[in-house]
Amino acid sequence: MSLITVRLGFLPLVDAALPILAKELGFAEEEGLDLVLVRDMSWATVLDRLLYGHSDAAHLVAPLAIATTLGLGRPAVSLSVPFVLGLNGNAITLRPELAAKVTDVGRSGDIIDIGSRMKALTLESKAAGRKLRLGVVHRYSSHNYMLRYWLSGSGINLSEDVDIVTISPPFAADALAAHEVDGICVGAPWNSVAVERGVGVVIATTSQIWRRGVEKVLAMKTARMDAEPETMNRLLRALYKAGVAFVDPSRLDEITTILSSRKYLDGSSAAIGRVVQDLVLFAQNADPVHVPDFMFQHREAANFPWASQAGWLYSQMVSAGHVTGNAEDYDLAQRVFRPDIYRAALGPLGVPLPGASAKIEGSITNPIGVGTTQGRLILGTDGFFDGSRFDPEAYRKQLENADFAQ
Amino acid sequence: MRIAVVDESPARGAVIAEGLEASGITDITVLVERHGLVAQIEKLSPDVVLIDLANPRRDELEELFAVSRAISRPIAMFVDQADEKSIEAAIDAGVSAYVVDGMKPERIRSVLDVAIKRFHAFSRLRSELDEARGQLAERKAIDEAKALLMKKRGLDEPGAYAALRKAAMDSGRKIADVADALLTADKLLGEL
Repeated sequence: MSLITVRLGFLPLVDAALPILAKELGFAEEEGLDLVLVRDMSWATVLDRLLYGHSDAAHLVAPLAIATTLGLGRPAVSLSVPFVLGLNGNAITLRPELAAKVTDVGRSGDIIDIGSRMKALTLESKAAGRKLRLGVVHRYSSHNYMLRYWLSGSGINLSEDVDIVTISPPFAADALAAHEVDGICVGAPWNSVAVERGVGVVIATTSQIWRRGVEKVLAMKTARMDAEPETMNRLLRALYKAGVAFVDPSRLDEITTILSSRKYLDGSSAAIGRVVQDLVLFAQNADPVHVPDFMFQHREAANFPWASQAGWLYSQMVSAGHVTGNAEDYDLAQRVFRPDIYRAALGPLGVPLPGASAKIEGSITNPIGVGTTQGRLILGTDGFFDGSRFDPEAYRKQLENADFAQ
Repeated sequence: MRIAVVDESPARGAVIAEGLEASGITDITVLVERHGLVAQIEKLSPDVVLIDLANPRRDELEELFAVSRAISRPIAMFVDQADEKSIEAAIDAGVSAYVVDGMKPERIRSVLDVAIKRFHAFSRLRSELDEARGQLAERKAIDEAKALLMKKRGLDEPGAYAALRKAAMDSGRKIADVADALLTADKLLGEL
C-alpha cells in the first residue's frame, strides 16, 4: 500500500510537538500518510515554502495565517486553519536586574501586580532616556499581541513609552546578555535557554494573560485543502492522535527524547521535559514551578479552531495599527479558522465536537459543559488577566458602526 | 544598483557576489556577521537584498523592511504577481530577494537569475564536497578496521578485507558501517 506524501514545515519549538509526534509515533502512517517534516529557522521561510508549493501544510503562528489571507506583508493568499496545534507555551523574560524590580525573582507572581510594576519600570526607563526595548518573534504573532494586550492593559502607552522589536529566538539570550533588548516574549524552549544561562528571568507566562491563548496553528492554502480534502482529514486525525499521546504522562520520556533529538529541536531534554509537564524555570537557581495550563495542546478540544480566536487576533491587529478595522476583513479573518473541517475530519474518531463555531472568549470562570454535536465537552476557565471578555459579534457591530461613521 | 547579500556562509556570499560582478554590478556588499546585521542594512540602504532562506534572521529583517516602508525607501519581497515563477525558482534555489519599491522588474530579473544560478551551483559544489568527505571518512574507517583485524586476528590485508566484506554481506550493511562498528566496539571493549 503506498502512502500519500504530506510535507509539513515547522520551526524547532516545543509546540511543534503534535506534527513531530504524528510522524514519530506512527499516527501519520496509520492514516496512510508519509509525513515529511521540513525544518526551517524563520516564519518567513516556513510561510514562503507553504505559499510556493514546497510544503503542503505548516506549523505557523496563528496571526500570520490571518495576515497572509488579508495580504499583509505578502500578496494575499487564502490560508485555512482547520486545526489548532496548541495554546500558550510562551513567556515574558526580562534581564535579571530588571526582573527584580517587577517580580519576586524565581517565582510565579500576580500578573496584575507585575503589570503595574512594569508600568513603573517603563516610565522610569523612559525618564532616564532609554525606553524599555522588548523583543517578540514576529509582528504577526500571539507573542506580540498578548504582550501588547498585557502592557496596554497595565496602563502603558505602547507607542510612546516602550519599543517593541522583532527578534529571532535563537539569538534572544545573546541579545538579553548584550543589553540589545531588555526583555523578550518568546516560546518554549527559548525562555529556558536564557534563564539557564543566567541572562534572563521569567516574569510571566502568556497563560497568565489569557488562560486559553491561541498560539500555533496548522495552516494550509485553502485551494490545496479544497483540492485534497481526504488527505487533509487524515492529517488532522493523525495530529489529534498525537495530541492524545502528548498528554499521556506515561509517555513523557519517549516524547522528550524525540523532541530534543538532533533532527527536531536539537535541545536540552531537561528543558523540554519541564515544558511538557507545565513546569517553568523562572530563574537560574530556582526550583521549577508548576504553572497550570502553561502549554495546552489537546484537552478540552484545544485543537478546535474557534472562529472567535481568529476574531480576537484580528481585534489586536487593529489595536496595533497593523490593519484598519473593517467588517469585511474581520469576516475574512474569522473565516481563516475552519471548525467545519475539524468536525468533518475528526467525526469518525468519535471525539467531542463543539456545536458552536465561536464563543465569547474569556467568559468561562468555572468549568462548564458546552453544546456538542458529538460527545461531551467541558471547558475550563479561559479568562483574560483583566477579566474582560471578547464577544466576536459585538466586536463586529463595533466595526460596522465605525464603518458607517466614516 | 546597490545590492546587499546576506549569507552566513562567506564562501557562498563570495560566489554570489562574483556572479553579480560578472553581470556588471559593482556596488555589492556581502554581510556575514549576525551581529548588528539589521543596523548594517539600515546604514547601507540597498536597492536589493538577497537572503538565504535558511537564515534565522529573516523575520527580523522583514520587520526592518516593513518599518522602512514608513520611512523613505520601501523594500518588499519581490512579489510582482507576474513573476511567481521567478519566486518559485528562487525559493527552489534557497534564496529570497527583497527589492526597493519602484525598481523595474527587468532589472531585478537578471539579478535574481544570477543569484539563483549561483545558489544552485554552490549547492552542487557543497554536495560534491560532502560526498567526497564522506568517501574519505569511509576509506579511513575501512583502513583502520583492516589494520585492527590484521593485528588482533593475525590476518593479512586481503584476509582482513574479506572478513569485513563477509560481515557486511551477512548483516546487510555497508562495509564502512561494519568498519565503524568494529572500531567503536574495540574502543569500548578496550576500556574494560
